[in-house]
Amino acid sequence: MDIKVNVRESDHDAYVVELGGEIDVYTSPKVKDAITELIDQGHYNLVINLEKVRYIDSTGLGVLIGGLKRVREHGGSVSLVCTNPQIRKIFDITGLVKIFGIYDDEADAQKALV
Amino acid sequence: MNEPQVAAAEKSHGTVELRIPSKAEWVAVARLTVAAIANRLPFSVEDIEDLKLAIAEACTYVIQAGGLSDTIDITCESGVDHLTIRVRDGGAIRPDSSLRRPSGGSIEGLGIFLIQALMDDVQHTPDGDSRGELIMTKRVGS
Repeated sequence: MDIKVNVRESDHDAYVVELGGEIDVYTSPKVKDAITELIDQGHYNLVINLEKVRYIDSTGLGVLIGGLKRVREHGGSVSLVCTNPQIRKIFDITGLVKIFGIYDDEADAQKALV
Repeated sequence: MNEPQVAAAEKSHGTVELRIPSKAEWVAVARLTVAAIANRLPFSVEDIEDLKLAIAEACTYVIQAGGLSDTIDITCESGVDHLTIRVRDGGAIRPDSSLRRPSGGSIEGLGIFLIQALMDDVQHTPDGDSRGELIMTKRVGS
């Protein structure tokens, strides 16, 4: 079981959190730490790229929701990049498609933050 | 199911029991075990992903709720056209656990809601000794 977290600054005054692997009850704390660190540093516009994520459960969704709530307190936002149909299905089932902006690529996700 | 599918499923009939420590790092073992068992039945790839998520959510719920046991007992009963998974939860899963879709970005109840949404039948059976059992079934082609 693995999770890869890569954080980089984008050209649009936002930060991209690129995730890869499986996000579950064991690995989600690492994702939470990365997002929390960015927010603590004052970065409130985030693109979270789930393109390389093979699996996500409710704890992973909880981390994303928690991050979104925190950045919104500062007027920021979170856009997701996701094309995996199984993962998009989970966002659909849970109704989180109405909470997050979900896009097919990073460019569109970044535009939505502006 | 067509005849070759039924024949394949009949060969897959059986019961597998798994006991994992009630710790986060072991949930992946339950997930992969259920996927391997489901793969012996003519489930679609999407159905197998649903089963993986359902068993993971059940184990995660037990771990986070802090059941009475240090272990989680999982029984997978593979039938001709279905897979039933029993999770002995150490009293962690309350019978009144919400199965409604969380609203407004609420995290509470998300795992149990997902189990209900992804599986065809979900029951919770308290057995009187504080070790309840979550029983969930997925049918082929449903």
